[in-house]
Amino acid sequence: MPLSKSGCFHCGLPVPPDSYYKVLIQGAERAMCCPGCQAVAEAIVDGGMEDYYQYRTEPAEQGRELVPDFLQQSLAYDLDAVQDSFVRHHASEQGDLREADLILEGITCAACIWLNERHIAALAGVKSVAVNYSTRRARIEWNNDQIKLSEILEAISRIGYLAHPYDPSRQQQLLEDERKQQLRRLGLAGVLGMQVMMIAVALYLGDFFGMEAQFEKFFYWISLGLTLPVMLYSAQPFFRAALRDIKHGQAGMDVPVSIGISVAFAGSIWSTFNGHGEVYYDSVVMFVFFLLTGRYFELVARKRSSESADALVHGVPAVAMRVSDKDESLITVAELKVGDTVRVKPGETFPADGIVIEGRSSVDESLLTGESMPVPVKIDGAVVGGSINVESPLLVKLERIGQDTVLSGVLRLLERAQTEKPRITQLADKTAAWFVLAVLVIAVSVATYWWAEGVAVWLPITTAVLVVTCPCALSLATPTAVTAATSRLTAQGLLTTRGHALETLAKASHFIFDKTGTLTEGKLELLSVEILSDASETECMAWAAALEASSEHPVAQALCRAVKQSTTVATGVENTPGAGLMGEISAKKYFIGTPNYISQQVGLTIPEQQLQISRKQGHTVVVLADESQCHALFTLGDRLRADAAELVSQLTLSGKEVVLLSGDHQQAVAKVAAQVGITNWQAECLPEDKLAFVKDLQAKGAIVAMVGDGINDAPVLAAAQVSIAMASGTQLAAASADMLLLSNDLTAISEGRTTAQRMLLIIKQNLVWAIAYNTLALPAAALGYVAPWMAAIGMSASSLFVVANALRLLRKSSS
Amino acid sequence: MEILYLLVPLAMLLVAAIVVVFFWAVRSGQFDDLEGPAHRIIMDDDRSEETKKKDLDKNS
Repeated sequence: MPLSKSGCFHCGLPVPPDSYYKVLIQGAERAMCCPGCQAVAEAIVDGGMEDYYQYRTEPAEQGRELVPDFLQQSLAYDLDAVQDSFVRHHASEQGDLREADLILEGITCAACIWLNERHIAALAGVKSVAVNYSTRRARIEWNNDQIKLSEILEAISRIGYLAHPYDPSRQQQLLEDERKQQLRRLGLAGVLGMQVMMIAVALYLGDFFGMEAQFEKFFYWISLGLTLPVMLYSAQPFFRAALRDIKHGQAGMDVPVSIGISVAFAGSIWSTFNGHGEVYYDSVVMFVFFLLTGRYFELVARKRSSESADALVHGVPAVAMRVSDKDESLITVAELKVGDTVRVKPGETFPADGIVIEGRSSVDESLLTGESMPVPVKIDGAVVGGSINVESPLLVKLERIGQDTVLSGVLRLLERAQTEKPRITQLADKTAAWFVLAVLVIAVSVATYWWAEGVAVWLPITTAVLVVTCPCALSLATPTAVTAATSRLTAQGLLTTRGHALETLAKASHFIFDKTGTLTEGKLELLSVEILSDASETECMAWAAALEASSEHPVAQALCRAVKQSTTVATGVENTPGAGLMGEISAKKYFIGTPNYISQQVGLTIPEQQLQISRKQGHTVVVLADESQCHALFTLGDRLRADAAELVSQLTLSGKEVVLLSGDHQQAVAKVAAQVGITNWQAECLPEDKLAFVKDLQAKGAIVAMVGDGINDAPVLAAAQVSIAMASGTQLAAASADMLLLSNDLTAISEGRTTAQRMLLIIKQNLVWAIAYNTLALPAAALGYVAPWMAAIGMSASSLFVVANALRLLRKSSS
Repeated sequence: MEILYLLVPLAMLLVAAIVVVFFWAVRSGQFDDLEGPAHRIIMDDDRSEETKKKDLDKNS
């Protein structure tokens, strides 16, 4: 079934009018939008997997032309030292068998899974492949003597997907083990619970119509036998958490739960041994089953979030190219030593701090400092590990590695911030503390009141009190609401990776933003062009783009992006890193670069007044000139995200304090602050300064929400009570944040806050309902009017009410 | 009704078997991917053995 009539047959995007890319699929010529899609579609057809186009329900992602960077990087995955972290070896007589998990990017529907499985399995040397549709992970086993991992990765990229080896982080592994154990507990409670319920129904009917005492006794014993494993295995997490809470002198939801089920169970055993009195086995198992269900779904939601987060921060194993007198070799960063020389190509990250010994380039330190413009470096200039080389290859002699680097300093700051993070008591826990106290007081008074009547009277009645108040609804109140809100926000592109984040977000009083990459796009854009000669703007743009075409510098890329199509070609381009370029266009020399570069090269002066204006606003100015005159001034700047101002005004309107903290220069920060309407801002902040600012606010009782993206934000993200990182930012920031913003839509944060507040409201409603139900049921139980079947019905009904109420969060609010 | 003394323990044995099978299923990863198999079953491989081999040669 072709998906689109007019668009690209492969990805569905519009096809440019003069496109000539075509592929023969299912007996007809299909138009393609770009050479990337064409290559991918051809690979799919040639592989005999045309059926993909028939089965798919979503268009594919746009095909990518293979980037040399990617191929180069994937070669690193063949190194044994790099493979150590994610590959399992199964040496056998068949050869060197290896197994690894891969994250697949670009999976849009089930047909993609089929396509990948078919394609990978067909490669010679691949023993087995299984793709998990829910997690978008592939498990691949291959024979390393026949095929290399990088070849598999390349083969996958040929059909339009990107694969990264995936090293299940310890936390992920723990979550997966926990999920399986929870599932076993839940399953056991479910299966045994059904049997107990069946017997309970027989017993209830026996109450009405009469039942021979011997059968009643037999059923009691059978129920006891069935409930015992549930108590010993399924209910364990509650007991363990309750013990931990008591040890720390606090009362969480697990304390009343544990008291409730143990007393009910103990009371039932007493009745079973004595042959008379009530049994509550059905309530106990159902209670455990309900609670485990709630928690299981919460766990699955959390796991899914953290999986998506993991997919973003997939740790590319850090490798470096070490240069020695004899040769160059690719090694892991851990093997580097002080004094080693490494070659860092444009686009690569510096593995450690060092000094440049060969080459000139500029370095993007924005992730460390927040400064948006790359800094020029030349021989003897210092470079910081973690920053990115922009323009041309550099040879760097390493001076500090590992623990001593600037980056590690930030990491230590991060660790300290995490341990000192103030905790907010959760609403449910606060309620639970009161609830436990009240229930215990009531239970004791009820027991004392009936004491004189003897054990056969006071024990069943006290048990009934505790069973009725069994805070089933109370303890389901939070997990169900949190799960519903989490899935709702995930669909909107805001991932919640830590449990407490939503509740804290709803209560946050201060929102602190980083500038570069958060409120702004984080990359340079052409803002305006000013023509100084009689050349037309189109001409100037074409010349500029031609000169800059070969450069990796952000300025160059911004200029080339601004010019869509151009046939002008420059020859003999010479690059002076950090200054400018010159080259010949139609046998005439042109120069483009900083005002200083132009005056040095051509001796022309640029109207100083204009430069001043642009600089004051924190913009970068590039001049285009030939040998006799200046042609144009290009003003470039980091553009604001489209909805930044809207987000700030929404937050301000709801009475939140909005602050801008940035490491960038005064002027640049002042301008952004004015544009989005933030009055409270600070510029030139080091990570330490940001951290101090936040701690100061927290000391005054503020609940701080931090939004950031860079390495320099990571400590603050960890210290803030709740933090949101941009998914496009650094891994470190993403890893230290409680939430991740996947979409480019900043207003998702404001929506997230609203949803979090609705969640808090629903939790409150649930708690109020649960407590109201308890207050009604309690007197009846205390007076001895509640039969076991009534307790069971009341409990289930109140739990269902709570769940239904929480599900309202999934609906889109009309407001 | 004395038959209950036989039937109920038999039911318990059945339950025990169910629990064992369930635990095995969890451990062997039957619950890891709840969506994929539903789609996978529809996309069967219609090609003959011959074309499969041809595709394989082309691929490698």
